[in-house]
Amino acid sequence: MTALRTPARPERDAGLRPVPWRRMAWVTWRQHRTALGGVAVFLGALAVYLWLTALQLHHSYATACHPASSLGCAMDFTGRYGITSIIVSIALQAVPPLIGGFAGAPVLARELETGTFRYAWTQGFGRRRWTLGKLVLLAVAVTAAAEAFSVLFSWYDQPLFAAGYAVPFSPRVFDLGEVAFAAWTLAAFAIGALAGMLIRRVVPAIAATLAVYAGLAFATALWLREHYMAPLLTSTLNLPGSASIVNQWYTKGGKFAFPARGTQIVDAVSRLCPGISNLSSAQCLARHGYTQWTSYQPGSRFWPFQWIEGGWLLALSLLLIAGAVWLVRRRAA
Amino acid sequence: MTGNIVETSGLGKRYGRTWALRECTLALPAGHVAALVGPNGAGKTTLLNLAVGLAEPTAGAVTVLGGLAAGSAAALDGIAFVAQDTPLYKNLSAADMLHLTRNLNRRFDRPYAEARLAELGIPLNRKAGKLSGGQQAQLALTLALGRRPRLLVLDEPMAMLDPLARHDFMAIVLTAMADDGVSVLLSSHVLAELERVADYLILLSRGRVQVAGEVDGLLASHRVLTGPTAEADKYAERPVVHAQRGQAQAHLLVRASAGDPVPPGFQAHPVGLEELAMAYLREPGAGALPGPAPMRQEAAR
Repeated sequence: MTALRTPARPERDAGLRPVPWRRMAWVTWRQHRTALGGVAVFLGALAVYLWLTALQLHHSYATACHPASSLGCAMDFTGRYGITSIIVSIALQAVPPLIGGFAGAPVLARELETGTFRYAWTQGFGRRRWTLGKLVLLAVAVTAAAEAFSVLFSWYDQPLFAAGYAVPFSPRVFDLGEVAFAAWTLAAFAIGALAGMLIRRVVPAIAATLAVYAGLAFATALWLREHYMAPLLTSTLNLPGSASIVNQWYTKGGKFAFPARGTQIVDAVSRLCPGISNLSSAQCLARHGYTQWTSYQPGSRFWPFQWIEGGWLLALSLLLIAGAVWLVRRRAA
Repeated sequence: MTGNIVETSGLGKRYGRTWALRECTLALPAGHVAALVGPNGAGKTTLLNLAVGLAEPTAGAVTVLGGLAAGSAAALDGIAFVAQDTPLYKNLSAADMLHLTRNLNRRFDRPYAEARLAELGIPLNRKAGKLSGGQQAQLALTLALGRRPRLLVLDEPMAMLDPLARHDFMAIVLTAMADDGVSVLLSSHVLAELERVADYLILLSRGRVQVAGEVDGLLASHRVLTGPTAEADKYAERPVVHAQRGQAQAHLLVRASAGDPVPPGFQAHPVGLEELAMAYLREPGAGALPGPAPMRQEAAR
């Protein structure tokens, strides 16, 4: 059995050129094709569902909604599909964290958990390049898949927009937008990769990814997003339906009176307009010299907001991936 | 080849508050099968991890392949490492592991690797996780040798192998050594196996190098003296490494060469590698090291 000779080795290799980057493509594909296939099947199944539903939606909108304010539209279109579309859009919020957890977190965590990093990081490719190549390729793949999916979703959602059922800044559809959805998916992947490197075990890393993502998404929707640009201010009572109200309050004689929500306004209306039920509180207060002020984000800012959100999420993702690469370089075995 | 295949100076590694390795100064010349021996927790794996660049030193420095920084691109290119428990991707087939290793390295001799697996009877389409422990170790060794390294580093390669597989495994390593001049550094606590293969011994104890040198030189400079126990303490001025005292007879391992006079009443015997290593392991205070002066010459070469 010792008959086989060991291969001859060139004594000195002239000029040490690194292993080409393109080799990483096969390595990444072979090692992560199950995860990538899982993402493809998952998004594909959702896409087929969206596609079939969207065909019905578009058909129903075309027959029932001229004009969009008609009673027929409300009954046959939004009445029939409205609730479903809300459920769908809420369910789709789970797509980025699931991709981050199941495709992102195991990339480094599994190597560390099973000890295979001792194999991978001692090959000629070099561990920093190995990590960078792998994470960038996988990040691009999942981001591209998410982008394709969000284009389909916006087509699905388009008749609901047109019928005024969905508003651009609604938290349940904004991050499914064509820029934000891909950016959130990328961020979830990056969170997963870094969590895997920090925690070094697959299952806890997945759990941490889901938790961190949920925290970030909620914080963004609740507190951060409305501050991307300074809101517009108006005293008109007729805001376009696409506007997203940031704040509303009343003034009298140029001085702040009370906020538009709360007990103070209820007290004021019942004191000023007792027994008059056919007036809205805004109309009642206007009669008595109050001015209603509204700060809002107009619907036309949808795309600037998408790009702002996409921009900071991209920056965050790059930072997280760079952090993971830095940790891989530093980590002592 | 010039320079030392592994050279460390004042090398130390601390995990938390514990020093796994400290003040390790070592110059391992190329062209040896060097055995790294020591009890559990002596720092063997730490030293190997530092040499292959998986770990960063806390103190001191380590260079490989004649002065390259451990873990640098050139060092990774020339060193193949088979880690403890031979980690492989369990869900990849043997063929995939070959292809993976080929893609991750500048050189990979695929025909050689395939021929070796065929000879060992390891099916290419079998998943690595479904291979026996011995086959996994052989696959990992094949992947390492297929890279045509200048230095092969093996961490406890024989732990998972039965005696026959150990024999086969070491035969492959020795063939690589003889045919290609691959230097080998392997850690083990199976002393009996090492006697057959190692021609350089590094003995680690409690994170420090206790013994380092060529096996022939070490064996030539040590003798076992057997004589009456009552007389044993009279020769305390001799460098006694380890004394084993029975009722009547005492066995002393002393540092002495063949020509040295034997005390009256005692008989001198040559010592075996296993016996020598065991004696030093029992006496962590004793040491047999080349002095610092020859080490510097080694470095300057």
